[in-house]
Formats: sequence, structure tokens, C-alpha cells
Amino acid sequence: MYDVIVIGAGIIGGMIARKLAAYDLQVCVVEKEGDVAMGATKANSAIVHAGFDAAEGSLKAKLNVRGSEMMPQVTKELGVKYRRNGSLVIGFDEEDKKTIHELLARGRKNGVKDLRIVEGEELKKLEPALSDKVSCALHAPTGAIVCPYELAIAAIGNAMDNGVDLELDFEVSEIRDLSGCYGVISATGKKLETKYIVNAAGLYTDKIAKMIGDLSFAVHPRKGEYILLDKECGSLVSHTVFRTPTKMGKGILITPTVDQNLLLGPTSVDREDKEDTAATAEGFAEIIRQAKENVEGIPFGKTITSFCGLRAVGSTGDFIINSPKERFINVAGIESPGLSATPAIAEYVWELLAAQGLIFVEKSDYNPIRKPAHAFREASMEEKNEIIRKDRSFGKVVCRCESITEGEILEAIRTNPKARDLDGVKRRTRAQMGRCQGGFCGPQIVELLARELNMPYEAVTKSGKGSVINMGRTKEV
Amino acid sequence: MKRELTCIVCPLGCSLQVELSEAGEILNITGNTCPRGAVYARTECTDPRRTITTTLRCEDGSMVAVKTDRPIPKDKMHEAMKQIGHVVVKLPVQIGDVVAEDVFGSNVVACQNRDFTLRD
Amino acid sequence: MTDLVIIGGGPAGMSAAVAAYESGIRDIMILERDENLGGILQQCIHNGFGLHRFGEELTGPEYAWRYEQKVRELGIPVKLRTMVLDITEDKVITATNEEEGIFQIRAKAIVLAMGCRERAKGALNIAGTRPAGIFSAGTAQKYVNCKGYMPGKEVVILGSGDIGLIMARRMTLEGAKVKAVCELMPYSGGLARNIQQCLHDFDIPLKLSHTVVEIHGKERLSGVTIARVDENRNPIPGTYEYISCDTLLLSVGLIPENELSKCAGVDLDRITNGPVVDQDRCTQVEGIFACGNVLHVHDLVDFVSQEAQIAGEGAAAYIRSLEEKKGKTGESISLKTDGKIRYTVPQRITAHKDVTVYFRVGDVYKNVKINVCNEDGEILFSKRKAKAAPGEMESLVLKKELLERAKELKFELEEMDR
Repeated sequence: MYDVIVIGAGIIGGMIARKLAAYDLQVCVVEKEGDVAMGATKANSAIVHAGFDAAEGSLKAKLNVRGSEMMPQVTKELGVKYRRNGSLVIGFDEEDKKTIHELLARGRKNGVKDLRIVEGEELKKLEPALSDKVSCALHAPTGAIVCPYELAIAAIGNAMDNGVDLELDFEVSEIRDLSGCYGVISATGKKLETKYIVNAAGLYTDKIAKMIGDLSFAVHPRKGEYILLDKECGSLVSHTVFRTPTKMGKGILITPTVDQNLLLGPTSVDREDKEDTAATAEGFAEIIRQAKENVEGIPFGKTITSFCGLRAVGSTGDFIINSPKERFINVAGIESPGLSATPAIAEYVWELLAAQGLIFVEKSDYNPIRKPAHAFREASMEEKNEIIRKDRSFGKVVCRCESITEGEILEAIRTNPKARDLDGVKRRTRAQMGRCQGGFCGPQIVELLARELNMPYEAVTKSGKGSVINMGRTKEV
Repeated sequence: MKRELTCIVCPLGCSLQVELSEAGEILNITGNTCPRGAVYARTECTDPRRTITTTLRCEDGSMVAVKTDRPIPKDKMHEAMKQIGHVVVKLPVQIGDVVAEDVFGSNVVACQNRDFTLRD
Repeated sequence: MTDLVIIGGGPAGMSAAVAAYESGIRDIMILERDENLGGILQQCIHNGFGLHRFGEELTGPEYAWRYEQKVRELGIPVKLRTMVLDITEDKVITATNEEEGIFQIRAKAIVLAMGCRERAKGALNIAGTRPAGIFSAGTAQKYVNCKGYMPGKEVVILGSGDIGLIMARRMTLEGAKVKAVCELMPYSGGLARNIQQCLHDFDIPLKLSHTVVEIHGKERLSGVTIARVDENRNPIPGTYEYISCDTLLLSVGLIPENELSKCAGVDLDRITNGPVVDQDRCTQVEGIFACGNVLHVHDLVDFVSQEAQIAGEGAAAYIRSLEEKKGKTGESISLKTDGKIRYTVPQRITAHKDVTVYFRVGDVYKNVKINVCNEDGEILFSKRKAKAAPGEMESLVLKKELLERAKELKFELEEMDR
């Protein structure tokens, strides 16, 4: 019997699990996919918003500002890269300027610090690559960037290191009310029992809520396409550059990532199908068109990948964090600024659980610190050689584009939450994430996975389930 | 009757024109820049042949590149692949070692050196 | 201090090492990331290599072995499984391997011979999903030829570069069905003989002016939509066609791998993506040379070996000049192109001797004249060509007397039929 089952191992579920891991509780995270961070977490804008977007008094506004304040400490503990690069909302005309002033006023009401409007020469100096057509901007120095899946992996890994269980390939198909506790049953018939449930199932939170009779909200997918440029482009802009929001939406942003790439996107198209992650030619064209208006000289020829994510948009316009039934908490509709809010959401859910009677006793041996996945990369030559002397696999570079060693890849396969496929290794180590996109190192990483997980070479997948890389041995297919 | 061919003897890839009689006799060859082109055109029209290269599994599970040491009839390529598919190469093997004999008149020889160390 | 360090033990690196040794340099070190010498040749098991260099048709591994034997005979030291991480302008090389950890070598001269990599799928922004089953042709070649596994059974290939053509045949022989090869351009970038022996021999359709417009499938690729493109390479509505397949191979171009060159401050050519070099294949950083596919992508390994020989000899001469304390030569002639000719290698000439210049055109041409003009527009040299295509590297020899008549040379292509 678990005390709490968290449904969904994305950034929300992960941060909640980590929060709960500090207490003497039996906690399990269940996830329908074969790895963590597989939904909106792995494909979003990777922004920690300052907090001027959301309407005053909304849960979004409150949790965004609080989450953004907590983020430096959380990322430090989890060994996750975080950069307070500041953000700019750029305007082209008088109408934009009006909106920017509104954002300034709203941001101040929301408690965002150091907001101000920048114009002319000062703006050009602050962000020289901006298009000459940009006339003014809202500067938010507290805006920041973080890698969302790195954060989710670290949060869940840290939670697991502190005793939380993780059940992958566990798609919840039924929740039974067993008087005083819940039975959570998977599509394959696996059954777990728990006193409390936290529903952090992203796009499927409405489906999960329905299982206990809560029909009060719906979640639909909003498609967002992105283009990612080579690391050598990451210094084109230093700030996260947003357009002024209009009735048509927030528009295309341009931002460096914590790994020095340049990220452009997202498009914003409401869809029905929660599994449809197909990118469109129109979407890419729109990204390129808008990005060119914002910033001069984007080298689109340096594109290394393009992808599409689905954001979970709730039917209420605000985050849906409530308890429709005893010992059951919904955490739904966590669209932008969801990532920014995650540490605060975890705290808020903790309060709701406490209000529902869950007793929190602090664990004596709780360790909030996780060894950074990029520790080796950032070590000095002497430190690296010390590590190599103990484990020679750190002397062997496997991914040449990102200089990732065999040792780092093995670590990703061996530490919580363990990588089980090529994409899992990619998200944990950055191996295959460079300009050749795994062309050279893919076959070698497949071999490491097969060896470590003791499975046949041809059983190794790109991303779990049927996504096999090879179809058999030569002369045998 | 006329046949248009692309010479495969060297990377130049000359376009060859072959004039054939009703009986299939070669009357004239043009387009070749070297004598080997003419030889190719002749065999291509009468007895087309190809060299096969492939890999075979060694007894330690590693792969070794092999080739037929002379061209085999073009229409026997798939059959030849089937014939040698089950061969397991004994180690060590050196470049030029015969690993399968008489595959449509050719021997299959190793193109790589392999010893007993299990490879990456 | 090592006299000469060569980065990469593929065909370029080995040939440069042998040439430097034969020019009298003894203190040489080859650094190779793989566990064998030979580079990409080890996975190029098809034949067709070595006709120029050895007068016979060899497979890739056999060609590599010819050079490896030579390197071994001469006793040139090689560090295998060693990855170079950094090169500085003053020629300090940082490398790593399992035995020694991270270490540094200071060199008098360096030859860059890191080769090239394939343009990845990401660069294409193809619409649709991102399932398993999409590989660059060279990655598929590695799986099939080196690992012994089949990445798929029903294959569509995008791009008709030579590696794509070679893999069409290779996978067909291993039992896969190659359904089509789509080429964006109205002509193939591959060799004519590969179209014959890799596609026509197996009745594999080559669809020119076609591209893949959408990728389908959730976990594993289930199909692609292809379309004909117009002269601006935009898909034509109404020509869309769905092909079911489990594998998409990309053979859409090669890019010289110049990350280390950039670390060393070497100037790169915008067109070749490789270093700007002189007739000895010396970059603008004194003592750093480049050759093979890291300099510009070659069609034939024979020409890589030949170019690397020039670089090896150049590096040897440079090292000797350090001992003789000879100054740098002053004058330099820069080589320009008109756009129809995309680039030349070398891009500048600093010596008074006959120089062979290699160049590539940007389109398919018939019956043309290549004119070499000086800065006043005066044609100093002309050469007629019955045909010229982007897929085939051309060359011509500039006589030393000619070089005396120019400060700058411009390579122009004149179409004779117009």
C-alpha cells in the first residue's frame, strides 16, 4: 500500500514526487511511457518566465512568480543547468507599445521584480541582433532558461534516490475506490493500492479525473513546433526574445538554450488528437517568417533538428489544481508558464495533501542534492584524469559532436531514472544531440544499451515500445 | 538493334552505344574512352557479370568484409548471396584468404584481417 | 615536442604520414579515434577504390590495408581509440583515450585529416512525425557492414549521393526491398556507374526532382509521402504519393568536420566548409595543414590520398624550414570563382611552381570552357570540357610562368552553346 501514487512522470509529477520524497511516505510515480519526461516536458520552450503574462490573482500568476523565485535553488540542488539570461518582449509599433505597458503594469502587480521598458539605443545595446524594426521592449531581468527534461529527469532521479518508486509502461486504465484507499490498475492488469492520488497526467488528466467521476474540466492538445539550431548559433541573442502577444497568440520566441543552442518556436495550433505530434511544413514556414522579423541574420542553414510538442491546455484558462474527491488531487491544464511554476506547484500540492489529512514527517536521511549529469563535462583536466584513472571508460569519447564519453553514457544507463533506449540516453547525456544527430555514435550507444541491459542488439529501441532501431541480423531478415 | 549502356569499369562512367545484329552479334561499339570500355560493352551484351561484396559472420560473432575474387553472372547475384549466407568464417582470417569456394565460378575471399579478439 | 601530428588515421591521414616520412620527417604521430586505421573505408566494403592509385579495383578495407601496411612498415607511431578534443593556434593538441586519460602534445606541424560527416535529417525540416527508422545512409552502412544488423526491410532513400546508391544495392542484396530513390535535383549527385550498378541492376526507380514531404509512423516509420518538385524545388500539389516503408535513408550531402579546425583558429571557406589553403594545403595558421574530406568533399579516395601526399610533403617542408630558419614567402595569389564554378582548392598560391587546382561546378553543363583570368580580366588559360557536373571534381594545371602574370586569378565557366 502506497501513501501516494503520482500519475505521470513529467516535470509536474517529478517535482511533486521529489517534494514528497523528503517525508516518511511510500510514494510511487506511474508513467504510461517507457521513460520519464515523455510528454509536454520534452518539447517546450524551456523558459522560466518572470511572471508578467498571467492575469493578476490567477493561480498561474501566483505560482509562476513563486516558482521562478524558487528555481535557482531547486536547479542548484538537482545539479541542473539554469541561466538567468533575462527576457525581452519586443514591440514593433504603437499598439505593441500599449500592450507592453499593460504587461509592465500587470507584472508589477504580480510581484515581478526589476521590470522596465527599454527603447532605442539602449535596446540595441542590450540585444544587438534585434531587427531594426523593433522599437521598444519590456525587459525582465528575472526571466531565465532551463532544460525541462533535464530538470524532470533530475527531480525524479533525486526522488528515487530518496526512496520513491517509479513504474514505467504503466498506463492507468482504471481507478477503484476501495473505501479508504484507491486501487490503481494498469492497461496490462498490474494493480497498485494507495491512500492518495495526485493526477499529473498532462494531456490525459481529464481522462484520469473521469475515472473517479470528475467531469469538471477537459484538456486539449495545443501543437507547438520548434526549430533547433546548432550550438554555434546560441550566442546570436543573449535574452529570450518574445513578441508582443496579440489576439493571435504569443507568437514565435527566439532563445538561447542552457546548452548553447538557439531555439525558435513554438507555433500554436489547437488539435483534437492527443497523440498527433506530426510537424507541418506550414508550421516551419511560420516560425521562419516570424523569427526573421524579430532578429537579424538567423542562420537557418545551421538547423540541427525540428520537432513538435503538445501542450496540455485546460478548459478553465487557469491551472486546474484542486481536489474533486477526498485524497485525490488534480494537477491539470499546466500550460505556459507551467515549467516556471513547477517548484511552486509541488509546494501547493503538498499543502493540499496536508489539508486532506496526509501526515508529513520529515525523513532523517533525505538528501536533496543530486550529482549533476554534466559533472564530468565541467570538470578540470586534472579532475577528469582522476576520474579516468578510476574508470577508464571516461577516457573514451563516444559522441564526438558533444564530446560525451562512454563513462557518462554508462552512468545514464545505471543511475535513476535509468535510460533504457537511445532517446533516453540522449536526454540524459546529450550524446546524439549534436550536429550529426547520432549518425556516428548511434550504433555504439545501441551496443552499450544492449550490453548493460542484457538484451539482444536488435531489441534496442529509439524510444521504447515498437521503436526498434534494427530489424534483425543480416542474412536473417 | 541498339543498346545504351553506362560503363561501370571506372568512375568516369562513359555512355556506351552498342550496335547489335538480329542474332545478337556485336557490330559496333562507340562512346568508350578506353579499351576496357569496349570489353565491358561486349560482356555486358553477351554475358553480364558483377563482383559481389558483402559481409560474413566470423566464429566470434564479428563481421568480416568479403568479395567474389572475379565477377559472377549478374543474374546469379541473389543466389550467390543465399549460397554464402550460412558461412561462418574461421579465425584468424587474412585479406585474400578464401572463405568459400566455387560460388558460380568464383572464390569468396576476405577483404579484412580479423583475429580472435571480439570486436566493438 | 613532436615534429608532426596527424589528426585522423583514415586515407588522408595515412597518406599524409607516409608522404611526410618519405620527405625525411621521422618524428610523426597519427591520432585515430577508431580502433583501426582506415577511417570510413572500413565500412565501405564495396569495390571501386584504387583504380588511379593502384591500377586495380579494391574494396574500401583493402585500400585502407595498402596504406596501413605502409604505415606499419615505416614504423610510424599510431595512437588508436584516441579522440582529439582541442587544438590551439600554437599547435598544442589535447586528446583523450582510456589508457592515458586526457593528455597534451605540442607539435611543430599538424595535418588536419578528420574527414567529413553526413548532413543529418534535422537539417531538412521534413514535416510529420519523428519515429525510429530514419538513418543517414552512412549510419545504415555501419549497422549493416560493421555490426551485422539490418536497420530495415522496406526502404526509401532520399538523395542520390553515392553512399545512398551504394546502400540501395547493399540492402537489396541482404534481402531488403528498396522502393525508390528520390533526388531533389533534376540530376543525380552520384557517379553514373553507381546509378547503373546499384539501381538499374536491381530495377530500383530513381525519381529525379522528387523529395520526401512528410514522414509517417508513431514508433517505427510506417511510410513517407513523396512529391515532385518544381524548378524552385518546391513540392508540386497533386503529385503527392504515399509509399509505405519502414526505413528512410538520407544521402543528402557531406560536410567537412572542422570543429577542431575552428578551435585552432583556421579560416574556413564558406562554400567548401573546409579550411582555406595554399598549394601545399597549408591553412592561414602557419604549420597547420589540411587534406582529404576535411578540406573539401572528394568523390574518390584516390584523390584524397593524392591530396594528402601534397599536405604531408608540405608539412615536411615546413618543418625543415623551421630548422633552416627560413622566413615565410611574401607574395600570395588569391583564387576566385564566378559562382558557376563554386570553389577551388587551393584558394591561394604562395609558391612559384606548377600548381594543380581542383574545382567543382554548381550545375550540370555541356560543352563549356574554363577560363582562368587575372585581375585585369585577361584570360591567361583556357580549357574545354565536354561536360561538367557538381558530382565530379575537375582539375587543371597552372604553369609557374602563368602565375607570374597575376596577383589574383579568377576561374570562370563559359557556356559555348549560348
